[in-house]
Amino acid sequence: MTTSINRRSLLQSSVGLLGAAGTLGLMSGCATGGSGPKVVVVGGGYGGATAAKYIRMWSDYGVQVTLVEPNASFVSCPISNLVLGGTKTMADITTPYDNLVRRHGVKLVRDMVTSIDADKRIVRLAGGSELAYDRLIVSPGVDYMWESLPGMNKPGAQDAVLHAWKAGPQTLALRRQLEAMPDGGVYALSIPLAPYRCPPGPYERACQVASYFKTAKPRSKVLILDANDDVTSKPGLFKKAWADRYAGIIEYRNKHAVVDVDAATKTLKFEFSNDLKADVLNVLPAMRAGDIAVKSGLATANKRWCEVDFLTFESKAAANVHVLGDATQSAALMPKSGHMANQHAKTCAAAVVALLSGQTPNPSPIYNNTCYSFVSADEVVHVASVHAYNAANKTMTVVAGSGGVSAAASALEGAYAMGWAQNIWADALA
Amino acid sequence: MTFHHNLRLAATLITLLASTSPGWAQTDALAARSMAASCANCHGTNGVAAPGMVALAGYDKAGLVKAMADFKSGARPATVMHQLAKGYSDAQIEAIAGYFAAQKK
Repeated sequence: MTTSINRRSLLQSSVGLLGAAGTLGLMSGCATGGSGPKVVVVGGGYGGATAAKYIRMWSDYGVQVTLVEPNASFVSCPISNLVLGGTKTMADITTPYDNLVRRHGVKLVRDMVTSIDADKRIVRLAGGSELAYDRLIVSPGVDYMWESLPGMNKPGAQDAVLHAWKAGPQTLALRRQLEAMPDGGVYALSIPLAPYRCPPGPYERACQVASYFKTAKPRSKVLILDANDDVTSKPGLFKKAWADRYAGIIEYRNKHAVVDVDAATKTLKFEFSNDLKADVLNVLPAMRAGDIAVKSGLATANKRWCEVDFLTFESKAAANVHVLGDATQSAALMPKSGHMANQHAKTCAAAVVALLSGQTPNPSPIYNNTCYSFVSADEVVHVASVHAYNAANKTMTVVAGSGGVSAAASALEGAYAMGWAQNIWADALA
Repeated sequence: MTFHHNLRLAATLITLLASTSPGWAQTDALAARSMAASCANCHGTNGVAAPGMVALAGYDKAGLVKAMADFKSGARPATVMHQLAKGYSDAQIEAIAGYFAAQKK
């Protein structure tokens, strides 16, 4: 307590001094109360948690940050396919928000934002209270376009046919379905048209489930039903893994768009192909920006994704509101990945601290993406790229000559993949 | 911790006060900080890495510049760093290396 009082009183006097001096005068119209400008972050995933920490750090703990997140802990989507494969547990992919609060002074509010009033700069919470902000950061991830699969809206359908595309209870529930499936059964995984969260994720999942089947129930099959024309990420490396390691287990069918699901009979319906029954259905519905972004009018691209200014991640639809991560309308060749959301968050954090101080944000952001995929319990392939701001086109573009994929799957990259996970979790949460 | 933190904060604020507008004397430093932050996903916040990855905090500047040049040229074998190094200019690498060299291990 002493720490925060000392820090606050120093900040109060310092901010007043600076305001008077006019060099770091905070923008007028700041929300009242407290000792510094207020930032509210909606959603504690790879984007939101990282933004919360870095705004505190980079403002030298002068900006007040409130993180609104219903869960007590962060559960990582990356590595969650290994829980399905049986080599990692839910505990391995779960990190509490405690350090954001204790070390960084982020205020955690366990609640959901139900509406955003961008004119009054207030968010309303499901619990009934309101939070005022100077800058709002919305990092809501994705939600599902259930309207595109009518049968999934029947009572109980979404409890029987899982997506497990947000790591959490569904991850464990899908693992239980795979464990309960008899040897000789079929697991069918359907993939929507891109863009969707984590381009290589479904293909990694197929590898992980096949790896489990290979040892535990070798007569079983993994059937991939992909709405896309081809594997959307690392196609050569995944197809090689399937041929070398999982021949006779994994079957890949392209141009198979699921148009409906009958959960009661475990049947997938397609536009052009015959109906297909399987023992375990794993349906990834078409995705869009998280509900709060769509409901608030931030999803300006096809009412699906949120367009932003890539210098600041400020919404093109609402002033003082920033959107991060999978919910954004991605720049060309920019994947919807946790790694990329973390990079969005740091670009946004630097810009928000600059804007709250009356400074100009960095005009030339540059950052990278690396996505590791486990093709077995311990061997990994990656895709990487470097993205820089293109002032002429006002977007991020891949730096010519940068990036690429693994030469081959390896256990060395498996070790790096786990190192990546430990470091990015710490970068967001420790 | 509190005392040192406040000292550091006060020093930062004094520096900011001393720099006169328009323009911020720290613009280049802040750009370097942001570029270096793009390495943190794998190499830790401010280069202080969790186990399993190379820590860049306090890394010798010339050594890091050379390592990145060798990744670019292919002189140093890599799984991914050759692909990432090619995305950053020599000037950007110089700035990133300078930032990490100044960080506490």
